[in-house]
Amino acid sequence: MNRFHQIVEFVNDLDKRWVFLVVGLAVVTSTIFRLTFPEIPTPMVRSVYEKVESLPEGSRVILPFDYDPASEPELQPMANAFVRLCAERNLKMYFIALWPLGQNMVAGVIDDILQTEYPHLEYGRDYMDFGYKSGNEGVVAVILTDIKKLYTTDAHGTAIDSIPMMAGVRNIRGFDLILTVSAGYPGLKEWIQYAGTPGNIPVAGGCTAVQAPLLYPYYPDQLVGLMGGIKAAAEFEALVAEAYPKFQEDKDRFLTALVRMGPQTVTHLAIIFFIVLGNITFQILRRKRQQEALKR
Amino acid sequence: MKRTIPLAITAIVGAVLVIAYFIPHPPFDGLREDFSIFFDIMATFAFILGGGNLIKMHGNRISRREEGWFFSLVTIVGFLLVLLVGLTKFGNPDGFRGSSVTASGSYFDHVYEYIFRPCGATMFALLAFYVASASFRAFRARNAEASILLLVAFIILLGRTFVGALLTSWLPDSLRFLTIPYLAEKIMVVLNFAGNRAIMIGIALGIVSTSLKVIIGIDRSYLGSD
Repeated sequence: MNRFHQIVEFVNDLDKRWVFLVVGLAVVTSTIFRLTFPEIPTPMVRSVYEKVESLPEGSRVILPFDYDPASEPELQPMANAFVRLCAERNLKMYFIALWPLGQNMVAGVIDDILQTEYPHLEYGRDYMDFGYKSGNEGVVAVILTDIKKLYTTDAHGTAIDSIPMMAGVRNIRGFDLILTVSAGYPGLKEWIQYAGTPGNIPVAGGCTAVQAPLLYPYYPDQLVGLMGGIKAAAEFEALVAEAYPKFQEDKDRFLTALVRMGPQTVTHLAIIFFIVLGNITFQILRRKRQQEALKR
Repeated sequence: MKRTIPLAITAIVGAVLVIAYFIPHPPFDGLREDFSIFFDIMATFAFILGGGNLIKMHGNRISRREEGWFFSLVTIVGFLLVLLVGLTKFGNPDGFRGSSVTASGSYFDHVYEYIFRPCGATMFALLAFYVASASFRAFRARNAEASILLLVAFIILLGRTFVGALLTSWLPDSLRFLTIPYLAEKIMVVLNFAGNRAIMIGIALGIVSTSLKVIIGIDRSYLGSD
């Protein structure tokens, strides 16, 4: 075997630690050099944005946060962007969680965004948190007809009847939008099947990139728009920042998805590089084996 | 009796829920709501069963000193610790009668904020490394099917980045259908839509047939073998 084929063999069977090293370097360098790329919003992301923008002030939006820290790096930017846009539009926000740790995610956006950036918004008047309830799609099915049968208090133990923004609200049929952030089951699909479609309530939302292809079939009839992964979140942030220029001032705070797209783009390129490399070496070795077989 | 009662419950509840979907009027609509609430209550009890099962399974592994028993010990200690700080509301600024178990500053909040959250994010971040390694080994053009898969993966990967648009931005408008973002979108919106819808319809038909068998009592596998 000549030197060239030895190198090809080595690359073809490259130890996975070399791959890890290259991916690690791709992430670290792009983070250090703060690489960002412009994002062109796709129609599905634009639909979500336009739906929220089209709601009149005071519209009721239910925000199910069905994810946990495992998918937080991918989903938190879009959750933040949803909340900021709803706050800017003065929409009434009703947070809810079908995942046990979704409640912590809600608490995070209330602390970090609503109470910090929008101190004029008042809990109970402009936003409220139903908290977590077990029962998955069962919870959705019940609140479609009667919220108070399942929720007598909010996440903080306050009686639902004493919360001003619950006055006149019996169920979620009268809500203007279901805007979910979902990482799996129960999530966006269950909100479409058990609330959106039977209750004729518009549903839009975001999910992890791997989940998105399974949800595309609901678009555009049962799903107003869909945002898959950090890329869609970056596109959404670009739309929000264009309409509300104050968000362009501090990228690290307001445009986190756009910032995170830098390392993701470079890592994607590293993966593409490895796929191309693997195929070149594979084809060279296959041709060599075929030639050797012919000689025999 | 042990089998008849569960079979009767399944048949009645299943039939009522199906009827209520097509006839959403009294008494069926009320029954549907009640059954949904029963389900939510039972789901809460499932947590207790789940906790008991977790302790039993991992307890057995520890007592038998099975391979990896130490990890079982970590699981049980972690479970009991979080349960304890959650139930007792240790460190809650408002005390035991304080409003929320997740109140900022409580021990439960610290466990979540400083242990669970970073660990979860770390596990998620590791995916990138394994995806890269798996892509390098798996995406090889071994035959025609693998070549098509490779080509599609390539277009989608490039289409998900700014580079995809950059690479084919020089193409004139008349050749827009050859640009990578356009191709990536069409693969997702046309091919993926069609394939996934077909799969979903197939699954739905399967669920309908299985559910009918369960309601009628033909399929009794959910009752166990006793």
